[in-house]
Amino acid sequence: MADFGNFAIAIALTFCAFALFSLFYGARTGRRELVKSGERAVLAVFAFTTLAVVALEVLLLRSDFSIEYVASYSNRDLPIFYKMASLWGGQRGSLLFWSWILTGFTALVAFRNRQYAGKLVPYTLGILSITSAFFLIMNKFGANPFQQLVVDHGDGMQRVFTAKDGNGLNPLLQHPAMVIHPPMLYLGYVGFVVPFAFCMAALLTRELGAGWIKMARRWTLFAWIFLGTGILLGGRWAYVELGWGGYWAWDPVENASLMPWLTGTAFLHSVIVQERKNMLKVWNVSLILVTYLLAIFGTFLTRSGIVSSVHAFAQSSIGTYFLVFLIGISAFALYLVLTRLEFLKSDNQLDSYASREASFLFNNLVLLAACFAVFWGTLFPVFSELIQGEQVTVGAPFFNKINIPIAMFLLFLTGVGPLLAWRKTSWESMKHIFLWPVVIGVVTAIICIVGGIRSIYPVMSLSLSAFVLTTLVSEFNRGTRARMRNTGENAITALIGLVMTNKRRYGGYVTHLGFLLLIVGFTGQAFTTEGWGEVKQGDTFTIGKYDFACVSVQDISDPNYSGMSATLDVSSKGKKIARLSPEKRFYPASEQTTSEVRMHHTPLEDVYVVFANIKEDTEAAVIQVWINPLVSWVWLGGYVLVGGTIITLLPNRRERRIAKQKRSVEKLLEDAELVSK
Amino acid sequence: MKRQLRFAVGIGVILIAIAYFAFAGYQEGKAYYSTIDELSSMGPGADGRRLRVAGIVQPGSIVRDGKDVSFTLAQDDVHTLAVRYSGSQPVPDTFKDGSEAIVEGQRQHDGSFEADHIQAKCASKYEAEYGKDAQHPTDVDMNGGEAKTDAASGDSY
Repeated sequence: MADFGNFAIAIALTFCAFALFSLFYGARTGRRELVKSGERAVLAVFAFTTLAVVALEVLLLRSDFSIEYVASYSNRDLPIFYKMASLWGGQRGSLLFWSWILTGFTALVAFRNRQYAGKLVPYTLGILSITSAFFLIMNKFGANPFQQLVVDHGDGMQRVFTAKDGNGLNPLLQHPAMVIHPPMLYLGYVGFVVPFAFCMAALLTRELGAGWIKMARRWTLFAWIFLGTGILLGGRWAYVELGWGGYWAWDPVENASLMPWLTGTAFLHSVIVQERKNMLKVWNVSLILVTYLLAIFGTFLTRSGIVSSVHAFAQSSIGTYFLVFLIGISAFALYLVLTRLEFLKSDNQLDSYASREASFLFNNLVLLAACFAVFWGTLFPVFSELIQGEQVTVGAPFFNKINIPIAMFLLFLTGVGPLLAWRKTSWESMKHIFLWPVVIGVVTAIICIVGGIRSIYPVMSLSLSAFVLTTLVSEFNRGTRARMRNTGENAITALIGLVMTNKRRYGGYVTHLGFLLLIVGFTGQAFTTEGWGEVKQGDTFTIGKYDFACVSVQDISDPNYSGMSATLDVSSKGKKIARLSPEKRFYPASEQTTSEVRMHHTPLEDVYVVFANIKEDTEAAVIQVWINPLVSWVWLGGYVLVGGTIITLLPNRRERRIAKQKRSVEKLLEDAELVSK
Repeated sequence: MKRQLRFAVGIGVILIAIAYFAFAGYQEGKAYYSTIDELSSMGPGADGRRLRVAGIVQPGSIVRDGKDVSFTLAQDDVHTLAVRYSGSQPVPDTFKDGSEAIVEGQRQHDGSFEADHIQAKCASKYEAEYGKDAQHPTDVDMNGGEAKTDAASGDSY
């Protein structure tokens, strides 16, 4: 099976090389049949990469521990579900998974554009194949998941052997969110390769009109939504599984996924300016490029461990592969942009601060600043070692200090930007649009201050949220009323009709609402209360307004693990609200301890309980408690954000009809050409 | 041109504000990485500076006291550092005898280390090598030879 997998990768790589040649050469010389066979080769690359993935899955399911990867990330007793998920449990497998998604996307682009006759798509497929080739080469040579387990008996001879049982998937990763989190992230990371390919193809062919921008925008939205979901799921997993009371720690791996998401967000906004005003062309091309590089860099950061342990850098063979590839692609892309600057000239200029363009400009500015800050902070240990010879890390305070004000500014722009007119908004209309939102924002701020909130950012965040919410509601309200007047529909039908006839605009508003909810959820962190208690049966302790009574502390066991559990009754003002049983588990297969967090959720706060440890002398359970306000709003905001983006992505009936007509005309022309030949 | 200048001013103001926040955050959050070896040869200059130290948790040295933990960090079995952790978060699950840990905090005058932040390297992010890790008994078919992998290259999920 391993040979089969290896062989499949080799064939995929061969087809990939052929596709590269025939697509570029065919498109350049205008030989359609060559381009056609290149497109077919792209499908074959996907087919053979799929076979390689299937081969690895079969090895995992069969628990074939003669394969190093299987022995490292699976074990006999692992449930089937997790055995399959071990495909992305470790570096080598997940890189194969990466290739599989990428070749899949490439095949999808080829299939969807099979009727396309121009140059843009063949070049796009060619660029995609370059990235595929890089990853397939790594799968074959740099990080081959089909490598056999070898053993050294101390005599320098390496012999193949089969382990009796595998190391097992890390128990912390044995969680449903963790099973879907990596695929989501990968769909996001890999998705950003497609807009990049369209962009490079447009630069190569000098077809820098509206065509590539449309494709790039849709694919960016697609990737953005998956990456965003992946990030949120990761946060959710950390919150539920890691037991430190939070969901975001500014860890290098988290930062790696946030960076392309930020630049992707910037692109999704600035692309509107290009569509409407033909401005910011160089900027947009650069954003796509940077997003792509950050996506690859994110994979690299996650996989090479350069930041967690700088010294591991030299040992990791894939680090060199990535570095060479990143530098090569950057140089190539930079060359393309610089040689085609004349095609990227802007048609318009900025006029006024009170304009939609200006709000987009500032949105992009701070998003990029946030991304740069995260980049700098994440790599600071590397930079400081290079420059000062001393490794310095910057912790969460650094990231928070920069990103909280930026988030506030973005929230402000979310309220203002969509309502401003293009070019210039008059003072009169500004007064008309913003009077109520400002009033409600100010009233909220006063309520917060009177209510006892004394720190600046929470007040600012809640007041701005109220401001933005009012602008959103008034927009929906205005549109729905107008539609009701025109069509005579009732309010709900009119609202749905409104959203469906202008999906981009109103889907965007829903996404903004999601962002607002996220920020409100993040604000809750400012009010976290924590504490701990040492309890035996019958003991009680109080944290905030909650009382905890220990019902029992007992041993637990399961075939997979053993451990202890503490049962606590949680009550508030004498009223019992929940019974929680946090556990401390020990998994013998992987020799790991895990804390099973238990929570009680309300819309306003989570009661988060962790079995921290057992006191050896008194045998009392040490229970750590967090009262986390507004965390549910984060997940809710995530759902709304995703929902809004899905609305935006829904196919437009009118667009589809036009595309269909265009295709049939093209077909006619093509046939006519054939006849004339 | 005047218009462009006006925007340049706005952009400049924002960038300066962000730079200020970055600097303030850096001052607050920076921690110097130091090995235990360097720490022991360092004079009193290290006191008061926020430090980040990595090492192996010496087996048998962990003493838990409520939610606080005292233990000894070791670097290549020669240099050791007595650490007391009393941060707000519970010690991570990956923290155990023989695991690799990174602590952040301050060195005390008596040479011990007071940490308010702790990370223990978990298998997902920093793959343990089989063989090398005595805590990991590996099943081996042939006369007790040890399995060897080069999976040290740092993994995550």
